[in-house]
Amino acid sequence: MLKFTSEHEWLNIENGVATVGITNHAAEQLGDLVFVELPAVGKSFSKGADAATVESVKAASEVYCPLDGEITEVNDAIVADPSLVNSDPQGAGWFFKLKLANPSDADGLLDEAAYKELIA
Amino acid sequence: MDDQTPLLKTPLHGLHLSLGAKMVPFAGYDMPVQYPAGVLKEHLHTRSAAGLFDVSHMGQVTVRARSGNNADAALALEALVPVDVAGLGAGRQRYAVFTNDDGGITDDLMITNRGDHLFLVVNAACKEADFAHLEKHLGGACVVTPIRDRALLALQGPLSEKALSILSPDVASMRFMDVISTTLVGAECIVSRSGYSGEDGYEISVPEDKAEELARALLAIEGVQPIGLGARDSLRLEAGLCLYGNDIDTTTTPVEGAIEWAIQKVRRKDGAREGGFPGAARILAELQNGAARRRVGLKPEGKAPVRAHTKLFADAEGKTELGEVTSGTFGPTVEGPVAMGYLPKSHAANGTTVFAEVRGKYLPVVVTALPFITQTYKR
Repeated sequence: MLKFTSEHEWLNIENGVATVGITNHAAEQLGDLVFVELPAVGKSFSKGADAATVESVKAASEVYCPLDGEITEVNDAIVADPSLVNSDPQGAGWFFKLKLANPSDADGLLDEAAYKELIA
Repeated sequence: MDDQTPLLKTPLHGLHLSLGAKMVPFAGYDMPVQYPAGVLKEHLHTRSAAGLFDVSHMGQVTVRARSGNNADAALALEALVPVDVAGLGAGRQRYAVFTNDDGGITDDLMITNRGDHLFLVVNAACKEADFAHLEKHLGGACVVTPIRDRALLALQGPLSEKALSILSPDVASMRFMDVISTTLVGAECIVSRSGYSGEDGYEISVPEDKAEELARALLAIEGVQPIGLGARDSLRLEAGLCLYGNDIDTTTTPVEGAIEWAIQKVRRKDGAREGGFPGAARILAELQNGAARRRVGLKPEGKAPVRAHTKLFADAEGKTELGEVTSGTFGPTVEGPVAMGYLPKSHAANGTTVFAEVRGKYLPVVVTALPFITQTYKR
């Protein structure tokens, strides 16, 4: 199940675990990323908390935790090579996997059509 | 400036839009922060080929002695800057700062001796105040004329000489800080061999009605690409150059700001024209004894950029605060974070490790000689 947030994150949810990244639109807006900082595995976040940081040459931006949950895995490849987020934001440029505290919370997120409308 | 004030546009505004620039407000102007290539590629392109910058928002002003003798204008201007203006030869340019009575810096600028007058280029955000300052203090002896009908372009990078020579062969033999008049695309231009990227290059003052034609002529030359303010900032920071308002301002003296190289011997203690500028007592004393704090280069050890206003500490626990970062970014040429900031004399020596507070962590940062890159000026 693919979901989106109005903060330009995508979530691919399978069995209560969401793979989270930033959208193509967000990656384009941020420009070439030069630094990514990911959360520690095992750490729990509330929805809206700062879970990761991305930096372009110009500025730093926070990536918010899209729902309540616990980090189960992070994508170290984007720390080693932040340009992966620009080249494949909705694939190889994923950020982290989040075990959702309440999987049904995902129902409140945007579907792809609603997200496309948001950025249109 | 409040939000209701409409943004000003440079003569190249339409060109920026047609090139797909992302525009942002800067010093009251709607300016290109980047083009579709993006900051990272624009930065690297400037260091490897040639980048064209619109810096028309900056202030241009002439100062002419009422006596008709340009030496009188030079001596009059020396009352506002701690710099040897009288000794500046015709066709030569020099970096300067306006100081206030406390020794603080109210703007930095370039001064050119144009033979029969002086030509100054000042920062956009300060220009109206600078024009008024000049009129107030020099208006009696000199005619101060803000130039509002000329654009200013910068062409920077190793291919600049080759590119600009196609439009005028006169520019090839110029050396760093030379200034000439020459004709480009049929327009009478003032060209200096200078810039603010750490690379060889030129700044070109051009009549506004010929600015777009000149910019398009330059962009048509192989190797020349448009570069936005984003890359201008990362280029100048790698080159160790100050951004007025960030790295130097009214609260920093030239010695604290580590730009005392701009104060020639003749204006220092026991010089022929010692002092005689605002804040001279403090600045001359600091030249003798050093300042309590210094602007230094800072190289973060990790990969995280350390941005302006980040606090610097003596220890990794954040107990003893020392100062703050005034400019910080990722340096595309350095391939890592670079920054500048102020530290007390006790911690300002190259090689000293201090700690920058970034998102609750204390990251080691090493005091490093500026510039971060090798400048390639044609001296």
